[in-house]
Amino acid sequence: MTAPFPTHRQEEWRYADLDALKPVWEQFAEPMTLTVGPGERLEEIWLPSGDDVQLRRVQLALGSGAKARIFTLNTAAVYGRIELEVSLEECAEFELYGANIGTGLSTNEIVTNVKHIGVGGRSRQTIRSVLNGKAVGSYLGKVEVARGAQKTDAEQSVKAMLLDRGATANCKPELEIFADDVKCAHGATVGELDAMQLFYAESRGMDPAAARALLLEGFAMGLWESAGEPDAIAEAAREALRRAVG
Amino acid sequence: MLEITSLHATVADKPILNGVSLRVPAGEVHAIMGPNGSGKSTLAYVLAGRPGYEVSEGGVSFDGRDLLAMEPHERAAAGLFLGFQYPVEIPGVSYLQFLRESLNAQRRSRGEAELSAGEFIKLAREQAKLLGMDADMLKRPVNVGFSGGEKKRAEMVQMGILAPKFAILDETDSGLDIDALRIVGDGINRIMRAPDKGVLLITHYERLLEHVRPDRVHVLQAGKITRSGDIELARELESTGYAEAVA
Repeated sequence: MTAPFPTHRQEEWRYADLDALKPVWEQFAEPMTLTVGPGERLEEIWLPSGDDVQLRRVQLALGSGAKARIFTLNTAAVYGRIELEVSLEECAEFELYGANIGTGLSTNEIVTNVKHIGVGGRSRQTIRSVLNGKAVGSYLGKVEVARGAQKTDAEQSVKAMLLDRGATANCKPELEIFADDVKCAHGATVGELDAMQLFYAESRGMDPAAARALLLEGFAMGLWESAGEPDAIAEAAREALRRAVG
Repeated sequence: MLEITSLHATVADKPILNGVSLRVPAGEVHAIMGPNGSGKSTLAYVLAGRPGYEVSEGGVSFDGRDLLAMEPHERAAAGLFLGFQYPVEIPGVSYLQFLRESLNAQRRSRGEAELSAGEFIKLAREQAKLLGMDADMLKRPVNVGFSGGEKKRAEMVQMGILAPKFAILDETDSGLDIDALRIVGDGINRIMRAPDKGVLLITHYERLLEHVRPDRVHVLQAGKITRSGDIELARELESTGYAEAVA
């Protein structure tokens, strides 16, 4: 039986483009399951398929001491959703590097629920959004720390850049902590390109479009650099940025 | 080479420049001195085309062209360089990438061939070395984590790489110790002292002028040039201050 169709009243679907989702719901209703066994490693790069509507719903289970690192670029022309539910056993590590790059009327969102179940788990989520036109880009990130999951270390860093007054960024880190010896940090900023940085670049000879593209590249590309630069995703992100800047 | 005629300018509707006239012929270095708030940096920004700095009257011609009709990047391609008083930090963009894009954008608009990555790195290394800067610093993001003195030195490295015809240097000497001051002074002489080049050197202090030896010194007060002279004027200001020198 297919899962019930979501509504905006459900927090994790609050900003979703449900009209775009409806025709394809059957296809995506069931999340995909990934399991990383104790001590094992997983690295995944999720590139956009190019479809107007694109969903990726994944449940990721990390065994004791398992490590997972996921890079994702969310840049659908109509509706893109990356949904991740992660569980971490003892000393498991999870890293997510994600970007929403959107223009026009697109909605792109990254929705995560990271559950620290075992002691000493570590999670890092770094999300960057670049939004032009009337695009919407969201990050809804819930971190749950179970009662016994002492020494959990969880971090969420979310930054969004708006290139047009009509663009919208939603950042919602959420913590639910039932252990008392944990470190959970989150930071979120929404900004526009800095006028002085733009002028500095233009005063050196770059035209306004080139200056904007360079600054945005600096803003977004740090994501991929920190992890040995997976070239395919960096190149795809660069292309998406060029499209978004127009 | 640079001719400023009765220039009036406002920032946020407040008049800052009230009729500046100044002519810098090719081959000359002119210094502008003046107290805080006299309009020195505003003049620099107006010449470079910073948004929000509105010219209400007067004009500027650069090599016979109407400078004020040009966009900031067109002014750069025409050979104008502004050395910033407070160089800007750009996280995530390396100095090498920033300067290579800048130089190649200028070259493209002048119809010149772009420099390859290899050619550019060679040029950047040479210029960094001449200014006593560790070339590895150019791999770092633009000005991020640089000390005040390092930022000013990096401005001079940029000037060496971009090789402008005319440089406006806005308090390039502030934040420099005595050794760095000499290196920067030598750099200005090496890069910009040529029959077809010119410099407008904005400074509070006379010390840099002993290294660079300007052909003319002007005093800017309340948005106007109130006195002009040779380097003796700078020395006089150093000992008496602005109030007395103009009284």
